Amino acid sequence: MSDDTPIPATHDIGGLARFHCTPVEHDEVPPDGFGRKVDALRQVLAQKGLMTVDELRRGIESIPEPEYFALGYYERWLRSITALMIEKGHVQKDVME
Amino acid sequence: MAAPPRPDSLALLDRLMAALEAKGIVTEAEIAERQANTDKASPETGARMVAKAWTDPAYRQLLLTDGKAAAEAMGVSMAGAPPLGVLENTPTRHHLVVCTLCSCYPRAVLGYPPNWYKSFAYRSRAVREPRAVLAEWGLNLPDSVEVRVVDSTADYRWMVLPMRPAGTEGWDEARLASLVTRDALVGVAVAKPA
Repeated sequence: MSDDTPIPATHDIGGLARFHCTPVEHDEVPPDGFGRKVDALRQVLAQKGLMTVDELRRGIESIPEPEYFALGYYERWLRSITALMIEKGHVQKDVME
Repeated sequence: MAAPPRPDSLALLDRLMAALEAKGIVTEAEIAERQANTDKASPETGARMVAKAWTDPAYRQLLLTDGKAAAEAMGVSMAGAPPLGVLENTPTRHHLVVCTLCSCYPRAVLGYPPNWYKSFAYRSRAVREPRAVLAEWGLNLPDSVEVRVVDSTADYRWMVLPMRPAGTEGWDEARLASLVTRDALVGVAVAKPA
């Protein structure tokens, strides 16, 4: 890798050596109630024109690396959705507390 | 297995929902309705599309040209969904779908993506050592078969058209569809033998 090759962003893990020795676990557990509700909330907010998939991605992809890998899938979504709703002024910042 | 959500995440969702309801932005009822609709999507739809493509050359052509239109032809609502590309497996080429950046998946025709599809291991390894991943899952492809890996994105989703198993001549669509698993539609498996 040459010196001017940028370090991939946290979410850009295609080919990353870090996981090469990790088997792909056959996890077939369907999303739980929390995950399905976060998923439905995202869809409804999108239908109402209050957020887009690209905004969801920006929010997920800006989660600091240690938290990105520690949080569950829909926990990352919830973090992003909440940050977006605060940023757009739909809810107050104290919703985080 | 995926860890359950942390208590602080459950509490955050409750607070966010309460704040959005207080502002009149969403209601619990509309979230529940949307969730119920989402729960209905399943890989059976993708399997029906494949079975139809195996028996109907015109539909096969449509499926490979415009997957979104092919899904709509089966009565699936694709409103707001990105384009759907469908890739045909052949005796010399096998396709494998991944979303390295997150979890992009043709949900309208396959349902929720499974946890393994969203796992860090699958996302990173499918593009680097696809044959090793497939072998771990019990699919050992000979060197004569090229493996083509495609990356689904927020703007373009992929599904695989598996090869029709031998010995299924004369089968109707419903019987053929029973051989088409979700894993075959993602490319981590082939269609079940007859």
